[in-house]
Amino acid sequence: MILLRGVFKTFGEKVVLRDVNLKVEKGEALAILGHSGAGKTTLLKIISALDTDFKGAYTFRGIDVKRDPGRVRKCITMVFQNPVMFRTTVFENIAYGLKVRGYSKRYIQEKVEEVLESLGILELKDRGARRLSGGEKQRVAVARALVLDLDTYVFDEPTSNLDIENVKVVEDAIRELIKRGKTVIFTTHDLLQARRLSNKLAYMEKGEIVEIGETERIFREPGDERTWRFISGMFL
Amino acid sequence: MAWDYILQGLFEAFKLIFSGDPELYDILLRSIKVSGLATLYAGLIGVPTGVVIGLSDFKGKEIVKSIFNGLMGIPTVVLGLILYLFLAPAGPLGFLNLLYTTTGISLGQMVLILPIVVSITVNSIESVEEDIKYLALTLGADESQMMVKIIEEASPGILLSLITAFNRAIAELGVALMVGGNIFIKGGEMNTRVLTTAIQMYVTRGEISMAIALGIILLSLVYLISMVVNYIQKRWIEV
Repeated sequence: MILLRGVFKTFGEKVVLRDVNLKVEKGEALAILGHSGAGKTTLLKIISALDTDFKGAYTFRGIDVKRDPGRVRKCITMVFQNPVMFRTTVFENIAYGLKVRGYSKRYIQEKVEEVLESLGILELKDRGARRLSGGEKQRVAVARALVLDLDTYVFDEPTSNLDIENVKVVEDAIRELIKRGKTVIFTTHDLLQARRLSNKLAYMEKGEIVEIGETERIFREPGDERTWRFISGMFL
Repeated sequence: MAWDYILQGLFEAFKLIFSGDPELYDILLRSIKVSGLATLYAGLIGVPTGVVIGLSDFKGKEIVKSIFNGLMGIPTVVLGLILYLFLAPAGPLGFLNLLYTTTGISLGQMVLILPIVVSITVNSIESVEEDIKYLALTLGADESQMMVKIIEEASPGILLSLITAFNRAIAELGVALMVGGNIFIKGGEMNTRVLTTAIQMYVTRGEISMAIALGIILLSLVYLISMVVNYIQKRWIEV
């Protein structure tokens, strides 16, 4: 279980996260909505134990993240909005997470090829990762996460700037994770995508979680005027 | 008329190069060995130093970086003089007996090129995107594995630092002349003559063709290395 209590994050004078309280149970699929600059990415970095410089408390399956972020990072991974690639081949990019965990060469070979095939990019295996198109890079970024059999997956706007075909591939991969009982947290600007994929939804504004609850309930009857404005505004 | 002696010199130079003149190739091999060792020493000290400075965040880091940056442009004549004063028999390091030895030149050139290796390595490490660090961590790397990854990503820059350093070492004159002394005895084992000191000497002696031949070799060597490195880097960066 992911549990954040009274989390504040500031960059200099600017408060980016303000008293964030969040509980995500195992197997839940949480979509985080909000305008740009609402603090979504900052929150995801904290959840992924990539940023421990915040005020408040965060425990991941009972582990104090501030005390032992390395242990938490072994159970959770984040796919960034900008799919940054290591300066090597697609295969090596995807194999990296398995290599640092000490798996055997044979296992890594099998597992990477299996994931590449499931995402329809096996032919890219030996290509230089930095020379791929945006959509291909995003698939590789997703493959890099999927190859690790973890508890929790975090996606920061996983389909922004992708064409329909790539959106479908990425969404199918996320859906598969949810089906396998993994905890999935993602941000998106696409309300329909949030509705398609999540069973829990949070709306953020100016660093605060304005409302959180069951996705369908929030879409039908948002409990806060700001959420209602966001949802209805997007549909207009 | 004005071009005659240059053209004559060039003609003679190519004849010397292609005739396999033993003295010429002896000087070339010594130069590569001396500057190669200087680059090796500078790499062994400078790359880890640059990596540590690049990866760490400490008070006064900018001052340390600016000191190394400033030292990159030190005049070789001044450095040669300082090293001479230290290594001369009456100097503080005279007991090491390094003056007029190839080891002395290598160590002197190492001092010259160390700031180049450190500065370029620091810049290469610092120019690795911050997202690479986050990516390694989120894929499960611990702090040391993440640092190794950053070094890997900075490798083309680190390689460039070594090549730049080698080219600077092999092309410098001040240290080689003052610390090495340009000693050459046929068949001798203590010779310290290298490309730059030889060029300088042949010019002062009026043996233009030999000076041109050595100049062509020095330029070709520097360009060849730069081209090879450019090719490797291009392939590396394109991956």
